[in-house]
Amino acid sequence: MPASRLRDWLLLGPGLLWLALFLVIPCAIVFCFSFFERGVYGGIDYIFTFENFQRAIDPLYLSIFLKSAKIAGTATLVALFLAYPAAYAISKAPPNRQTALLVLAMLPFWSNYLIRTYAWIVLLNREGLINTGLRDLGWIAEPLPLLYNEFAIITGLVYNYLPFVILAVYSSISRLNPEILEASEDLGAPSWKTFLRVTLPLTMPGVAAGSVFIFVLSIGNFITPDLLGGGNLLMVGNIIYDQFLTARDWPFGATLSFILIGIMMALLFTQAILVRRAQGDAPEKEEANA
Amino acid sequence: MREFKRFDPTRLWLAAHLRLVYVFLYVPIGVLMVLSFNKAGLPTVWSGFSFEWYGKLAENAAILSAARNTIVVAVISTILATLIGSLLAIGMEYRRRGAGLEAILFAPMIIPDIVLAIALLSFFTLLEVTLGLHSIILSHVVFNIAFVCAVVRTRLRSFDWSVFEASIDLGATEITTFRRIILPAILPGVIAGAMLSFTLSVDEFIIAYFTAGAGQSSTTLPMQIYSMIRFGVTPEINAMASIVMLVSFTLVIAAQRINKESVTG
Amino acid sequence: MSTLKRFAAACLVGTAAIAVSVTTAQAEEKIVISNWDGYMPADMLEKFTAETGIVAEMAVHATNEEIMGKVVAGKGKGYDVLFVSSPFVEALNHLGLVAELDHSKIPNMANLYPQAMELEYDPGLKVSVPYAWGTTGLCYREDLVSPAPTSWMDLLEPKADLKGKITMLSTDRWLMAAAFLAQGKSVNSTDEADLEAAKDLLIAAKKNLLSYDDTTFYSKLVSGEASMVHAWDGWCNYGIGENAAIKYVIPKEGSDLWVDTMVVTAASENKDAAFKFLDFVLKAENGAWVPANILYKVPNKAAMEALDPALVTQFPNLGITPDELLSQEQLRDLGAGQKAFSKTVTEILASN
Repeated sequence: MPASRLRDWLLLGPGLLWLALFLVIPCAIVFCFSFFERGVYGGIDYIFTFENFQRAIDPLYLSIFLKSAKIAGTATLVALFLAYPAAYAISKAPPNRQTALLVLAMLPFWSNYLIRTYAWIVLLNREGLINTGLRDLGWIAEPLPLLYNEFAIITGLVYNYLPFVILAVYSSISRLNPEILEASEDLGAPSWKTFLRVTLPLTMPGVAAGSVFIFVLSIGNFITPDLLGGGNLLMVGNIIYDQFLTARDWPFGATLSFILIGIMMALLFTQAILVRRAQGDAPEKEEANA
Repeated sequence: MREFKRFDPTRLWLAAHLRLVYVFLYVPIGVLMVLSFNKAGLPTVWSGFSFEWYGKLAENAAILSAARNTIVVAVISTILATLIGSLLAIGMEYRRRGAGLEAILFAPMIIPDIVLAIALLSFFTLLEVTLGLHSIILSHVVFNIAFVCAVVRTRLRSFDWSVFEASIDLGATEITTFRRIILPAILPGVIAGAMLSFTLSVDEFIIAYFTAGAGQSSTTLPMQIYSMIRFGVTPEINAMASIVMLVSFTLVIAAQRINKESVTG
Repeated sequence: MSTLKRFAAACLVGTAAIAVSVTTAQAEEKIVISNWDGYMPADMLEKFTAETGIVAEMAVHATNEEIMGKVVAGKGKGYDVLFVSSPFVEALNHLGLVAELDHSKIPNMANLYPQAMELEYDPGLKVSVPYAWGTTGLCYREDLVSPAPTSWMDLLEPKADLKGKITMLSTDRWLMAAAFLAQGKSVNSTDEADLEAAKDLLIAAKKNLLSYDDTTFYSKLVSGEASMVHAWDGWCNYGIGENAAIKYVIPKEGSDLWVDTMVVTAASENKDAAFKFLDFVLKAENGAWVPANILYKVPNKAAMEALDPALVTQFPNLGITPDELLSQEQLRDLGAGQKAFSKTVTEILASN
């Protein structure tokens, strides 16, 4: 018993300590701000109030949340359709090439977010490479509206976070035991059935983790909506950033963040429970051992 | 191997899909590289060929020192976060802790960067901590832990803990058991987590800006680049990114060659 | 797992070593200056050190808002001199984060235009020294826009052929200023009816925009993607430098006067050295670098008089006189009106 206590402490201790010290305490300070008033020139007046919460329940902020959730959700779906087969293909490559393929997928992202975004502007704008290319080929007469809209934002988000989804899914797929798949095929199951009944459920943890990565990173992003969306669409990340920095209204910024985190936690919990349940159905003996 | 047993349309489709994904990932990088030879300083308009930005880059001490700082921050925070995050993942999956812990682990991903940034700076100021690269590292580890832990946990979801118990029962020490049984099982996840956290850290701006000390010695590359927006992000940055891409690319391919030779040879 | 332990130990030692290396180098007289990259000559700090023996280090910020947030949360610790725009000076002063200037230690303030002493956000320049100033107006392609624009309404209710070929600034104060000026209101208004009217006008205007753009609008003019953009005069000059058909105009309803300034933080432990730095920047030859290289006007009379007239011919807005500038309304901190103001801006940006 004491040995297993010690083991728990060694495994969980460093992480919990780090998060308690550099996440929980600092953020608790900021969340206390949400019960105080903005100072006339920014900063905080320590007068207790619920005003910030009253301001936050305005339908304006809810509609921004819903719209950005829709965009982040679309980006997540698109990324999954691109990432899953890619991760699957990487996991089928000879073992000594897999790491190289993964590094090659991450490599473009060791440059800088801003100049990658500029590169997309060069590609997508009305006089950009794609439009002039298509025009020279005679495929289009008028330039396509590729930039400064939802399409551009989603493209930018998918592009920047796709490798994260690939990594998460790969981490799950590469753990698949080929014998299970062979057994299923040897029993005469067609390959799509094997995929739906065996592969997909077993790789759900990776799909779930990857989805969470791209969804939370997207909804909090504010550079892509500004540059590729042309500021025509606001994401949750934009309004929180603006409240803290542009309006210098920390109490209200803290309140909005507080509510955002609450909603996201609820969503993630639901998702985690659903994944666990889906896994419970999988042909694996995990529950028996737990 | 089963790999080339027969003609398999699924396999062909997968291979084609993978190639297309890489094209998608590298097309903007190609544009970015071409722009590094752009004559004028405009970030998005081509105006003629020139090598001058590579020369300017070599003389730009601010960018070079920022690049060095970025690598220091990314490498150290990745190592720390990979270590701590992996242990945490094992602990979480072995113990199957309750909801509270899960919530704390999701939090660093969900909390908007600007909130964490202001929270950490207020906290460090309260404790009168001297700011510098070390405070950026401490802060980057916070969100990196969450990402590493999430990736490593995907490998442990279906892990058969009875093997672990059996090994202990048979008298193996916990450390041996960890090295022989758990580590091989999670290793691809650990590598994936490390790559993820390095990538996040290299490109992170807001938290780094707020937790950095004042001055050149703790300016990272994203901070330097964003400060250039007002008077024009010059193609020097593209030149720098192109060099980073080419060097890393060459290293990956070279490592691949060596690896192959040692396997086949 | 001893390798693991050694590894962890190495990490901690490494982090500690960096911490130490950062804290030790603080023996001599040293100041830290935060500025946008490229807003000073690259060798300015070296020259300053050569002349005064004071070590000066450069920190960078991307926006006023970011340096402001950092100084408020960190109490300005570590910084001695900040470059920020005028409304932020006012807020920093009210928050007690900037130091009062000792004019006797900044003799080169005599180089400033007398008008610079009358800036409303800091009358008598008690806490700030102006570095550069200018207006906000319309920057357009003469060959693509005819007749030439003269009014803010040309931007807000464009002719049919300009629809979808226009960008506006989305930074809150300037976005709203365009509508306020068009409607004959103060750029500092937080009156409910004024906000409502400006909001309606800007939401209607949004449908005709190519995009909001605060950073690359001049590139869009050069590439022809946009024909007319809402711009700061200095930035419009970057477009003019690439294409002579690009022109700048202050609409007939007027503009705002924006001023980029230098302040000394209250937290500075080396205020005398910081004053010396301000004095050094105010030297005529240092001031002259700004219009000659980044094409912004400076309030430094001696510097502007030394300017090459050919530059003013090529970039006419460099010739706007201090009197013309002072006749524009200045942006002030909005104080308690900020809450209503920023909600209006959010409503505009979130509308479709």
